[in-house]
Amino acid sequence: MTLNLGLLILFVVGAVVTVLVSNLLYSAIGLALTSVVLTLIMFQLQAPLAGVFELSVCAGLITAVFISAISLTRPGTSDEREPRAAARIVVLPLLVVAVGSIFFLANLAYRLPTPPAATVTEVREVLWSARQFDLLGIVLIILTGVFGVAILFKERINRD
Amino acid sequence: MPVLMILLMGAGIVVLNLPAGGLMRRVAFPLALVLLLAQALFALAPSAAEGLGWPTTIFGITPLADSLTRLLVLSIAIVGIAALLVGQSRCLDPGRRFNFINLLLLCCAGMNGIVAVSDLFTLYIFIEIAATASFVLIVYNKGRDSYEGAFKYFLLSAVATTLILAAIGILMMYAGGTSFEAVGRALAGGPGSSMALLAVLLFLGGLFIKSGLVPFHGWLPDAYSTAPNPVSVLLAGIVTKATGVYALIRLTTDVFGLSQQIAAVLLFVGTISIFVGALAALGQRDFKRMLAYSSISQVGYIIVGLGAGNALGVAGAIFHLFNHSIFKSLLFVNAAAVEESTGTTDIRKLGGLSSRMRFTGVTSMVGFLSAAGIPPLSGFWSKLLIIIALFQAGHPVYAALAILASLITLAYFLVLQRRVFFGEVAAGLESVRDAGGWVLVPSVILAGIIVAVGVFFPYILGSFVAPFQGFAW
Repeated sequence: MTLNLGLLILFVVGAVVTVLVSNLLYSAIGLALTSVVLTLIMFQLQAPLAGVFELSVCAGLITAVFISAISLTRPGTSDEREPRAAARIVVLPLLVVAVGSIFFLANLAYRLPTPPAATVTEVREVLWSARQFDLLGIVLIILTGVFGVAILFKERINRD
Repeated sequence: MPVLMILLMGAGIVVLNLPAGGLMRRVAFPLALVLLLAQALFALAPSAAEGLGWPTTIFGITPLADSLTRLLVLSIAIVGIAALLVGQSRCLDPGRRFNFINLLLLCCAGMNGIVAVSDLFTLYIFIEIAATASFVLIVYNKGRDSYEGAFKYFLLSAVATTLILAAIGILMMYAGGTSFEAVGRALAGGPGSSMALLAVLLFLGGLFIKSGLVPFHGWLPDAYSTAPNPVSVLLAGIVTKATGVYALIRLTTDVFGLSQQIAAVLLFVGTISIFVGALAALGQRDFKRMLAYSSISQVGYIIVGLGAGNALGVAGAIFHLFNHSIFKSLLFVNAAAVEESTGTTDIRKLGGLSSRMRFTGVTSMVGFLSAAGIPPLSGFWSKLLIIIALFQAGHPVYAALAILASLITLAYFLVLQRRVFFGEVAAGLESVRDAGGWVLVPSVILAGIIVAVGVFFPYILGSFVAPFQGFAW
C-alpha cells in the first residue's frame, strides 16, 4: 500500500512538473520519467505487457521523437515567452487539489470488480482475435500520423 | 457497408501513394470522388452493398447497419464530396491538394468507423482517427491563426480523450467488457453504482467537448474560422457531428439509457448552447466565425431534442443532425465562394454581393432560412419535431426557449444576409463575379438537397429517421 501510494504521488508530481516547466527539453524528460513511474505502477497492477509497451513506446520512442523535434526548433524570442508562468504554477496545482478534493468529498463507492490479471497469451488472443477491428483502426491512425508529419514537416523543409 | 468503405478508402490511400510518378496525383481527385459517390449510393440503396456479397461479420465484429448509421454514412459522403470539390478551387494551392485528398479520405474512413462500431474502445479509436486528421487539416495553410485554432482543438480534444478513456476503464471494470451490449446490460441491470454514474458523466463530458457544446466550445470558433475553406466545410458539416453528436445520440439511446438525470443534463447544456451560440453569433464581424457560433447553437437544438427523452425527440435530434450537416456545409461553401471572389470574409468590407454573385446569394438565402427554421425548408421540420417533442415530454419552458432562440437565429442570419448580399455594392467589389464551378456546384447541390428534404420530408423521416428506436410514423 505504501509503495503504491508513493508511486502514485511520484506519478502526479512528475506529470505536474512536466506541464509546469517552461523549458521544453525538461518537460520532455519529465514526461519520460512520468512514463517510467507509470510502468512501475502497471507492473504493480500485474499488467506486465502494458508496462513494457509504456516503457518502450511512451518513455522511449516518444521521448526520442520529442527531443528530436525540440532540437529542430529555434529558441523563442522574448515576446513569445509565456508571460504568466507564475500564475500557471499556482493555478494548476490548485486545480489538481480541487479535483482530488471533489472526488474525496463525493465519497463515491470506489470498489469495482477487480479484472483478472492478463497473461501474455490472453493479450495475443485479444489483439489478433477479439480486437481485430481495433488493429485496423490503429493502422489508420498511424497512417494519419504519417501524413501529418509529411505535411507539417516535409513541406516546411522543402520551403526552407 | 461502412466497413467496406473504410477498407476501400484505406486501399485507395495506399494505391494513391504508390511510386508512379505524377500519375497518382492526377487520379487522386477522381478516385476520391468515386469512393464518396459509392458511399452515398450504398447509403441510399443498401441492397447494392448486399448484392456484392459483403459478409455481415468482418474482423470479428458485426458492424451497425441501422437507419441512424445509414443516415450518417450518407451525410459523410455528401459533406465529403462538397469538401473535395471546394478543395479543387483556388483556395488550396494545386501542389498541396494531393495531401488534402489523402487526409480527407482518412478522416472519412475514421468517421465511417465511428458510425459502424458497437464497442466503446473501438469507438474511441475511430474518434481519434477523425480528430487527428482534423488537427492536420486545420493547420494546412500554416497561418498563425490556424495554428492557434488547431492548438485549442488539440488541447481540448486531449481533455476529452482523457475523460473518455477514464470512463471506458471504469465501465469495463463495471461491465466486464466494452461492447455496447455488455455495458448497456450492466448499466440497466446493475445496482446503480456511483462509479458507473461517474463514468457515464465523464463520457458525456468528453463528447460535449467533441460536439463543441457550451461551456466546452472554446476551440470551435477558432478551428472553424481559421481552417482552410474545404476543411471548414468538412469540420462544420460532419466531423463534429460524427465524433461528438452522433456518439452522444448512439450512446444515450443504446448504451447509457436516457435516464432522468442524463436527460436533465442534456436539456440544460443544450439550451445554454442554443442561447450562447446564437447571442455570440449576433456580435461577430467575420462570416465564418458567425457561422461557427451558429453551429454551437444548432448543435444545442440536437441535444435538446435528445434530452426530451421520447422517441419523437430522438427522431427530431437525428433529423436535425442531418439537416444541420447539409445547411452548415452549404453556408461554409458559400463563405468559401465569398472569400474566393472578394478575398475577405470580414462582413464590414462586404455588401451588395447578390447582384454580383447571384448563385451564392440565392443559395445562401436557402441555407439561412433553413437554419432559422422557416417552412418548407428542411430545418423547419426537424425543429418542429424537437419543439413538439419537448411539449409532449412536459418541458414547455424549454420548448418556448427553443422557439425564442430560433427568432434570434433568424435575426443574425438576416443581418448577415443584408450586410453581405443585399444593399449597395461595397467599395472595391464592383467587378466581383460568382466563384468558380468547383464552389458553385456543391453550393447548388446542397441547396437542392435542403429544398428536396423539406418538400419530401416524410420520405426521409420514414426511411432514415423513424426506423431508429421504432418511432411510429
